[in-house]
Amino acid sequence: MNRYTVAVLVRNQFGVLNRVTSMFRRRQFNISALTVSETESSDYSRITVIFDGEETYKQQLINQLYKLPDVCSIKEFNAEDSVSCELLLIKMQNDASTREEIRAAAEAFNAKTVDYAKESIVFRLADDSRRIDDFINLMRDYTILEICRTGSVSLEKGSSTIRKVTNL
Amino acid sequence: MGETKYLSGADILVRTLIEQGCDVVFGYPGGQIIHVYDSLYKYQNEITHILTAHEQGAAHAADGYARTTGRVGVVLSTSGPGATNLVTGIATAYLDSIPLVAICGNVPTTQIGTDSFQEIDITGVTLPITKHNYFVGSVDQLADTLREAFALAQSGRPGPVLVDVPKDVQVAMCEYTPQPPVEAEEKQAAKEMRIEEAAACINLAERPYIYYGGGVLAGGAQEEMLALADKIDAVIGCSMMGLSAIPTDHPRFLGMQGMHGHYASSMAMHNADLIISLGARFNDRVTGNRAKFAPRAKIVHIDIDGSELSKNISAAHGLRGDIKLTLQKLLPMVDEVKHNDWQAKVSDLRHKEEEITDSRQGVTPRNVIMTLNRHLHPNTPVATDVGQHQMWSAQYLTWKTARRFVSSGGLGTMGVGLGAAIGAAFGTGEHAVLVTGDGSFGMCLNELATAVKYRVPIVILIMNNGVLGMVRQWQTLFFDKHYSNTVLERKTDFVALAYAFGAKGERVADLDALDRAFANAFADDGPYVIDCAIERDEFVLPMLPPGGSMDDIIVKVGD
Repeated sequence: MNRYTVAVLVRNQFGVLNRVTSMFRRRQFNISALTVSETESSDYSRITVIFDGEETYKQQLINQLYKLPDVCSIKEFNAEDSVSCELLLIKMQNDASTREEIRAAAEAFNAKTVDYAKESIVFRLADDSRRIDDFINLMRDYTILEICRTGSVSLEKGSSTIRKVTNL
Repeated sequence: MGETKYLSGADILVRTLIEQGCDVVFGYPGGQIIHVYDSLYKYQNEITHILTAHEQGAAHAADGYARTTGRVGVVLSTSGPGATNLVTGIATAYLDSIPLVAICGNVPTTQIGTDSFQEIDITGVTLPITKHNYFVGSVDQLADTLREAFALAQSGRPGPVLVDVPKDVQVAMCEYTPQPPVEAEEKQAAKEMRIEEAAACINLAERPYIYYGGGVLAGGAQEEMLALADKIDAVIGCSMMGLSAIPTDHPRFLGMQGMHGHYASSMAMHNADLIISLGARFNDRVTGNRAKFAPRAKIVHIDIDGSELSKNISAAHGLRGDIKLTLQKLLPMVDEVKHNDWQAKVSDLRHKEEEITDSRQGVTPRNVIMTLNRHLHPNTPVATDVGQHQMWSAQYLTWKTARRFVSSGGLGTMGVGLGAAIGAAFGTGEHAVLVTGDGSFGMCLNELATAVKYRVPIVILIMNNGVLGMVRQWQTLFFDKHYSNTVLERKTDFVALAYAFGAKGERVADLDALDRAFANAFADDGPYVIDCAIERDEFVLPMLPPGGSMDDIIVKVGD
């Protein structure tokens, strides 16, 4: 079992996310994280998919993606040649007894305090998914009120771009 | 290129169909497609509309038209129930990779999403059963969207495309400039290096078997396939979708393989040390238990759809590309050889098949189909429904011309046959044949009305056993003869029914009468129903039990 990160450049059209996720659902591809956003061009959206599986599973997923007419190009990332980042917002209970410990941990992770209220603190952390997991695990010793994370996005190192990838 | 005109969306829609070479469209009118029907009225000298009894029949007719001609079939319906009635027909085409363009009306864009009368999200409904679909939100996109739909339906691996056109888009005015018919995306051979690797693998083989499917028909690669078989001394078998691509009596052809395939074909595949798969997809009806499938074979898989490679069966060599172009490059790379031991083994298998082939006299399924064979012209299209009669047709019919077998392979749609036969008759201009069962025919016999209205020449052979024979066969073999809801016990008089619809018909009790009935039916210029009773406990044999391997093959039942 490996973890794969694949970016998919799609035509920026109404319903395109539905087409991609519908394909995943009907072919029973199990996705760990999925993000979608606008890109440098208004013609395209970019979907980043993270999933676990064997090599053949990954290949089948990519092949099936290529069959969707709205898919323009696909890029698979590996950790060495790419940079990845995920965003976390985490709301902690603000207790006098634990306040300093929580803030020390947040500082160690470079998490920023983005909201401070009498009963709660919200931290923001942008980092790779593994570091975000670590931070959340650390926070589990205290009272977590709410967590929201975006799923990871990736870019290849260097000047090459997804739009230069030709279809298979 | 014609001059630019200012037209309504409905006119643009019909003009675009005409410009794309569509001469016949099957469909059914309704409130949200009424403007398009007004345009069809206006342009009736340039495009024929065939009104069916039900939208499902129209979709199957467009499918039958596409299967027999290789051209894009077009079906038209209104919104809501009209559109949902197309779903089974679209899915049938999707599973068999048949190029279809389905056009639906919808409520005006201002009402979309409000659950208005006869509104359905048909692009959402058909998402998993189309290659792609379009919601046309504005009239200036209409013509190009339709052109894109035609191109997509026939490009790469063909398939159905749906275009949803709201009523206000049909009414709105826009400039229209005729364009030449679109062409399918340019075809490409597989990568040179992959072809070389496959050739090296082929050159090591001693027992080569070519397994082909509908992709050879779609890609028109028959000639190259036969040349390859001759050069490497391979035998040939096919999935049901491949039938009619090469003449049944071709000396290298062993027939259909798989669950109900020809014994020699299935066994040769099982014993091969090389399987060259051409435009086929190793469906479960083909392989049985995949873990035990063809244990000694290396697999070279050539398909235009890369996602089929190693999807079901792991291939030693997966080649993504157009079959015809790929084979043209492969041919000079393979050695010309003879495999006498292999041919001797295959010859033994053929003898064994002859021994186990049903040789009984009387109105047996085989004798019924053999009687039909004597009346078929080389160009006669034969459609079937789904069930035992379909398998007997696949096993015993003889073909001389490609695209003359019209049968639902992937989806296995009971009720497809009559609509498909109507489409096949329009597509080929030939007298068509429908082989059906009393169960399947009961599902969509309303299309007799269509066949009568347009005087469509169709010989309709009902192999009438009073039961849902294929399910009954499974119940006999695997469910202790618990015949749950498979005994029809209906009182339908199919001959009277034919006359009630304005068709002709007769009932036959023996093979001589059947022979005469076929002569009568082919002499008639409209639909002609032949009700031929067969025993209800006839079996389709051989049978590879579901999930079984070739060692489990059933060749005889009852003793």
